[in-house]
Amino acid sequence: MIRSGLWLLAALLLGGIVHLATILVLPRLASQDAYARVSAIAPVNVVTPLPPPTPENALLPFMDPAFATSVCRYDLARGSLKFSVPIGQAYTSVSFYTRGDVAYYAINDRAAGRRVIELDLMTNAQRADLPENEDVTRADRLIVTSPTTMGLIVIRALTPETGWIPAARAALAAARCRLQ
Amino acid sequence: MRLLFGAMFALAIAAAVGLGTTWLALTRGMAYGGITIGAWTAWPRNGTAGIDPYARAMVARRGELPVGSGDGVAFYARTDDADKPLDGRCDVLVSGITPQARFWTLTLYDLDGRLVANSLRRQGFTSQEIIRQSDGSFDIVVGPRVRPGNWLPTGGVERYQLVLRLYDTPIGMATRTGSEAPMPAIKKGACQ
Repeated sequence: MIRSGLWLLAALLLGGIVHLATILVLPRLASQDAYARVSAIAPVNVVTPLPPPTPENALLPFMDPAFATSVCRYDLARGSLKFSVPIGQAYTSVSFYTRGDVAYYAINDRAAGRRVIELDLMTNAQRADLPENEDVTRADRLIVTSPTTMGLIVIRALTPETGWIPAARAALAAARCRLQ
Repeated sequence: MRLLFGAMFALAIAAAVGLGTTWLALTRGMAYGGITIGAWTAWPRNGTAGIDPYARAMVARRGELPVGSGDGVAFYARTDDADKPLDGRCDVLVSGITPQARFWTLTLYDLDGRLVANSLRRQGFTSQEIIRQSDGSFDIVVGPRVRPGNWLPTGGVERYQLVLRLYDTPIGMATRTGSEAPMPAIKKGACQ
């Protein structure tokens, strides 16, 4: 009796470990996560517009249909990235996701404070390698450090009414992300 | 022999318990650190690097990108204020005011996060499109039949959810109560 009780206790403990391990490993194994879905249509280090979500077809679940969306799937292995987007008339935001779909940084047009959102994206190592004499702390130079070498920049422009869609698309079409 | 039998038994139980609880956690949408105001719940931490492992696993499984915390916050409602699941064959009145934000959008999705087809091709409202009363509050009727004013069609689906996204808002991880964030009420009306 005691013996089977001990077996049961061991089983439950092991079950707890299996549970935690699967939860932790699942993001790495998910083959249909957002990064994988975006990778199917977006080349590396180029701004690509995402098709607007419709009931029949949506690249990602829970996309906001009131926004025009573009992505830049980045790979910083060959150097840091320069990113810029002119801000739209209503609301523009730029969100950064790691290879594992973690939103590690986001900025909107008001926080940027200018007619264009401009920033440098680099890994921690690339940031540490920046020359000392370069004025890295200049107030208007925004540096974002990515925790992973690869990831996603998602640029979104709000279309408060349907008539705004062309203007929002045009603003996103002028977005650039390129290696420097 | 008994040892072998015991070990097999223990491993089988461990696999069942471990995988079963993982499946439950991911399908039931259990996540920590949510802010619940009325029928609405938001997980602002999911838009930061501090996202918890359960939410991460859920996000990866569903294939979505959470709203970044510097961008906005998303509130989800699957039930009305009386805790009844939202039914697309009934009229549901969403009324009141929203927390402080530069813009907001209200969108209707099915339970998997897909938009719902309807004849009007309307999947939601933005804060600019809404018709308001003189005091700034609004009424939105979510239902299967055409309504004057702010009508959000359900397409007659059985179950759906509403997502209210606030953009450029002070609402976030520090928000605790409904007095800081007055969310609109969700009330069930007549059914078809």
